[in-house]
Amino acid sequence: MMSGAEMVVRTLTQLGVKHIFGYPGGAVLDIYDALFEASDIEHILVRHEQAAAHMADGYARATGEVGTVLVTSGPGATNTITGIATAYMDSIPMVVLSGQVATSMIGEDAFQECDMVGCSRPVVKHSFLVKKAEDIPTVIAKAYHIAATGRPGPVVVDIPKDIVNPKESHPYIFPDSINMRSYNPTVKGHKGQVKKALQVLLAAKKPVLYLGGGSIAAECSDLITAFAERLNLPVTNTLMGLGAFPGQHKQCLGMLGMHGTVEANKTMHNSDVILALGARFDDRVTNNVKKFCPNATILHVDIDPTSISKTVSADVPIVGSVKQVLSDMIDILDSTGESLEPAAMASWWSEIQVWREQKCLSYAKSDKVIKPQQVVEAMHRVTNGEAYVSSDVGQHQMFAALYYPFNKPRRWINSGGLGTMGFGLPAAMGVKVALPDSVSICITGDGSIQMNIQELSTCMQYGIPVKIISLNNQALGMVRQWQDLIYGGRHSHSYMESLPDFVKLAEAYGHVGIRVSDPSELDEALEKCFSMKDKLVFMDILVDQDEHVYPMQIKFGAMDDMLLGKPKAE
Amino acid sequence: MRRILSVLLENEPGALSRIVGLFSQRGYNIETLTVAPTDDPTLSRLTVTTVGDDRVIEQITKQVNKLVDVLKVSDITDGDHIERELMMVKVKADTTALRDELKRLSDIFRGLVVDVTPTTYVIQLVGTSAKLDAFIEALRSEAEIIEVARSGVTGLSRGEKSLRF
Ligand SMILES: Cc1ncc(C[n+]2csc(CCOP(=O)(O)OP(=O)(O)O)c2C)c(N)n1
Repeated sequence: MMSGAEMVVRTLTQLGVKHIFGYPGGAVLDIYDALFEASDIEHILVRHEQAAAHMADGYARATGEVGTVLVTSGPGATNTITGIATAYMDSIPMVVLSGQVATSMIGEDAFQECDMVGCSRPVVKHSFLVKKAEDIPTVIAKAYHIAATGRPGPVVVDIPKDIVNPKESHPYIFPDSINMRSYNPTVKGHKGQVKKALQVLLAAKKPVLYLGGGSIAAECSDLITAFAERLNLPVTNTLMGLGAFPGQHKQCLGMLGMHGTVEANKTMHNSDVILALGARFDDRVTNNVKKFCPNATILHVDIDPTSISKTVSADVPIVGSVKQVLSDMIDILDSTGESLEPAAMASWWSEIQVWREQKCLSYAKSDKVIKPQQVVEAMHRVTNGEAYVSSDVGQHQMFAALYYPFNKPRRWINSGGLGTMGFGLPAAMGVKVALPDSVSICITGDGSIQMNIQELSTCMQYGIPVKIISLNNQALGMVRQWQDLIYGGRHSHSYMESLPDFVKLAEAYGHVGIRVSDPSELDEALEKCFSMKDKLVFMDILVDQDEHVYPMQIKFGAMDDMLLGKPKAE
Repeated sequence: MRRILSVLLENEPGALSRIVGLFSQRGYNIETLTVAPTDDPTLSRLTVTTVGDDRVIEQITKQVNKLVDVLKVSDITDGDHIERELMMVKVKADTTALRDELKRLSDIFRGLVVDVTPTTYVIQLVGTSAKLDAFIEALRSEAEIIEVARSGVTGLSRGEKSLRF
């Protein structure tokens, strides 16, 4: 027998939860009181609940485990919404436990009441309102099960205050297994469809492998690499799929889409067969769907049937996990020994080679001002490409995606679907909490970093020494780039006047701040930053304000209609 | 194309709002909606009529199916089916001539007069939505309609095909 509050903590412990990111308040004080005694769970007190959700999210992205958030009712709960939506768009497993006013007061506009189940409904995989204390273990266990299985996603568990009353005792029954008649995600792809897809692929003359975030969630990078190598396929990753296949592999064409490489977008556009694994043909990839890859037969593998034929129709749809489907395909290849026609592949690769030789990522360095691309390249050098890089949103995000090749999955942590500024720092913190021995970087801009900068205080309290690499262009760079290209250079409200002195700010929070503006000092400054293993270092790097991210797809065009540099003034 | 989707879902609070929310969130149409518990009281059956091309209907079906509370979804317009809607119409009926005419009209449509006052009738009619529409049209030229309540469409597939858990 125990109280509801104790049950919450006991259930989390039994589920193996090691870290909670949270913030207390009236509705959850009983749970916090029960947490006071819990020795197996470390609680990180954040400075804003949005950041708690992003930390749990970064934690989940780096490890594949479910991230956990605990917040109070009303404002505590609503503050997590952006974080929940961010996780939802990128299919990240997370459980958010929110306090709620007592059952008897629900609907009365009680103090700090907010219909959290209603508020979060469009951005959760599922949600629960706990009705009786006895249900706590089962409901929370279900929440973790739903968050982690099928296409992962965030789940909200709203817990009214009376349910966790410490004065009432109830029997604690932890479920042996989770059975839900209405929830049984398909994992294994249909055999006939798998066979058919493989036949189409083997008959291709210009195939391409297109990897999305689902191929990271599937935890099968070895299989993907083995499969791609065996068939000598060109491979491209979405922003969410970076690292699913080694970025420095000779078959890797880099990222595709809006800021994709020439070779990736050209290869897609000219292909005759696309094998899409855990990708969703997002508008930032396809550009104008009407002009999308006109000659391609599309083989689409995804664990979520709604992702298939949503924007682009699949010719051979396969609902199932990337891992299962690929291993089935490899089994078939093993037994038949089939392969693609070598002559066709040789000519396809030589076509691709021509696109590669355009060297679309080359840029001009200067000895006066630091180029943002150069910072990312230096960062890659200094960290041997082994760091976990969490990003905010803007030009710096695209520079990082393009100039820091990820050879392993789960190293690149960014808000791809929602594009949430303010994600980077808390996400990097979540990574560092999950993997204390790793190098965890937050790459950011002077705009984004200010959206959750208060977490520098949390870093101090818990000793979370992330490295903040801020590409300070004194502007909302990505907005400015669009204004340059689309709005005739009218920079409406995209200039960051009155930036704080970030070095002093870092110091005020008890950390180290380093400012660099001279290109010749960049490498040394970065070496210094990464040599201070136990310190949070805030690198305020002043970079060229006028630099743009290229290539860039031209709106309403095909995949490969791209600008490769600033258009010449007419 | 107008479609009738039947959905079997957990009879739990919140389940309905997830379905309705999904429709508005993704910009799908709800023309009619009915829902009630089935012979198994832990399950509800919901019928929704919507419009869209095949692609949209396929997405709606998949999206609804994906909801954790939903057990099954079927587009009953895919095959032979029976659809019915119930309507009650309150009409002005304050002269003998009018009352005779309304009774006659209601008989033609196999309706029933289920409430009578010195000045009004309530006529109940069951049928397809098209039949209900036709009855309203016919009434309109004869009498003054005071109010109309329609249940929305519900339906079943014919024969062996069924939506059961
Ligand atoms: C919360 C939020 N608000 C607004 C935007 C729109 N937005 C996208 S990029 C960007 C500018 C980002 O500026 P900064 O963080 O300085 O990065 P830079 O582009 O300069 O590298 C803005 C405002 C967003 N993505 N997220």
